[in-house]
Amino acid sequence: MGITFRKETFRDDFTFKNSPEHIRRFPFPFHEDSYMYAVNIEPHVLGPKGSVLENLIDVDEHYVAEMQDRALVLAEDPLRCQSLPHMTLAGWDLLELLMEQQALGYPEHFTLTRNGDRWRWTNRPLGIDDTFTFGDVSTLPYGPMEYITRQSQGDFCILDQRDGNLWMDAGMVTTQADWSLDFDIGMNFFEWHAPVPLAHEKGIFVRALKFLTNIQQGKPARRLNWTMTINPRLDTSPENYHKWGPDRATVTPENVGDKVHLRVELQSFWRLPRSNGIVFPIRCYLIKMDELVTQPKWARRLHRVIRDLPEELANYKGLTRYRATLVEWLSKLDDGSPTSAGFGPD
Amino acid sequence: MSTGTTKLDVVVSDVVPANELVTRFHFRRRDGQLLPTFSGGAHVVVEMRDGERTRLNPYSLMGSPLDTREYTISVRRDDVGRGGSLFMHSNVRPGMEMVISYPVNLFSLDLRARKHLMLAGGIGITPFMAQTAQLAAQGGNFELHYTCRTASLGTYADVLRERYDRRVRLYHDDRDERIELDRLLSSQPLGTHLYVCGPSGMIGWVCDRAAALGWPTETVHFEHFAAPQPGAPFDVTLAVSGKMIRVDEQQSLLEAIEAAGVDPPYLCRGGVCGQCETNVVAHDGKFIHNDHWLSEEEHRSCKKIMPCVSRFEGRSLVLER
Repeated sequence: MGITFRKETFRDDFTFKNSPEHIRRFPFPFHEDSYMYAVNIEPHVLGPKGSVLENLIDVDEHYVAEMQDRALVLAEDPLRCQSLPHMTLAGWDLLELLMEQQALGYPEHFTLTRNGDRWRWTNRPLGIDDTFTFGDVSTLPYGPMEYITRQSQGDFCILDQRDGNLWMDAGMVTTQADWSLDFDIGMNFFEWHAPVPLAHEKGIFVRALKFLTNIQQGKPARRLNWTMTINPRLDTSPENYHKWGPDRATVTPENVGDKVHLRVELQSFWRLPRSNGIVFPIRCYLIKMDELVTQPKWARRLHRVIRDLPEELANYKGLTRYRATLVEWLSKLDDGSPTSAGFGPD
Repeated sequence: MSTGTTKLDVVVSDVVPANELVTRFHFRRRDGQLLPTFSGGAHVVVEMRDGERTRLNPYSLMGSPLDTREYTISVRRDDVGRGGSLFMHSNVRPGMEMVISYPVNLFSLDLRARKHLMLAGGIGITPFMAQTAQLAAQGGNFELHYTCRTASLGTYADVLRERYDRRVRLYHDDRDERIELDRLLSSQPLGTHLYVCGPSGMIGWVCDRAAALGWPTETVHFEHFAAPQPGAPFDVTLAVSGKMIRVDEQQSLLEAIEAAGVDPPYLCRGGVCGQCETNVVAHDGKFIHNDHWLSEEEHRSCKKIMPCVSRFEGRSLVLER
């Protein structure tokens, strides 16, 4: 039957909402009542039907609106999409991966027809039907990475692997939690993670890098990360801090449920076959508190997590301004009863 | 996490002797589908079922990455090795069903290079077969210097000369032809990357001269698979799984661990990728480290071993497996 795509905005009047089915499939990131960093990486294999893991590249009801928001961001700031000269081959790898996965998971919306190097790509939700030569950049309106990531939800970083390290050498980044591709481009794994508190001391990045450089073709991996955002704004970039930073001072006990959003990133890691690079899709899911607390278990657990979060983490995630207001609001929904194990709602 | 890579069910589609020592094997997928795309320099691990024994040997893919209807590898017969190459030469016939791993690349091209300077020795030519095909298709700038014992043992030298003409230089030991390495390394344009694959003596020589001539280490790449060496049998206790095992003369420690039903992670089985690194709980004896993964300091510490290529001599060894 296919997805009914919502008409909605992630800026100005903020009409973004989740349907009841999408609330239930939200990738709630806390499997217990507290949170600390861990190398929480697992194989990226298919999950239950009706979850965000039903397909390895998830397309949901926000697809069309997210792609429109991305186009607006790029029109204002083309540097959100960059690819260093040696990364074109990796861009073709990514184009193949995303076309294959989207066509496989959503045949009613996407079709890929391959005839040798001649490929035809049909994207019905966005009204695109292009025929091109795989490997020939002159046959597409954009470079291969930009072309396909203008048609795929989530941010994408393409990492070159060399010298035992990973290098942020290409990406499409318009839905980020306060980091900048333009700043990080060309950096290695330790350099771009330098601002993260506590994790370096725990040796997390050394272990994570060792794992990532050994990711094998056909065996992608994933992890969840999270933060919070005021208003359902996808583009919370440093470049636009003046637009969204002040929002954090607008939270009041009356508007918590509508304004405060849990922002979850489903990050996956894939070895690219021709370039031997790694692509790192960062798929952002937003849910407002009013929607989240329709699941009583999530309400209780989120209260405990935010209340007990170490100060450094709360600062790093930008929660400090409104944390007390949020904890107070959530505390009314926490009767102290135990929560069941695992991520899902009861 | 999981052991090794995803497996591919293949059938041997052709077996072609290349010369008196080297035979080429072609594999296709049993289901008729295309094989996974790969990048030049990648290898696959071939599973050999030899009676009760399973051998898992890595071989570089030498076909063009642009054609994934089949994979090809070339195997040099080693009459004094542990028998993997002999098994391939004596037992593998067209039509045989085999299992190989997904491709893994531990010797990939640095795509930033403005020029790729490749040095091959003997059977070390195989990864360059795929890399040159990949680069030629993209209009990449490369130059290949290939040393072999004699013209008849210069596997694929004729093919390479025909494909790439003067971009390939051949050197024959029996004619006392030798790469003028210092001159070669001193006369490269800025932005050149150096790749070397061949016997360990050659890799050491090239890396040493490159360092002495001021090549940054990031621009020097080498493929250094150590084949596991046979040795005296030894006994090992696996502390985690509570098993006692014996490593036979012709068996690697990793193979013996696997034969006992314990599956440590692995990728290269040649002492370079680091996946099978294993902690030593206790020991009374001497380690024979053959890997290129652990540092010299780690070798001396006797706290870690790479079971894919390294062995032990002595009274007792307890591993955290």
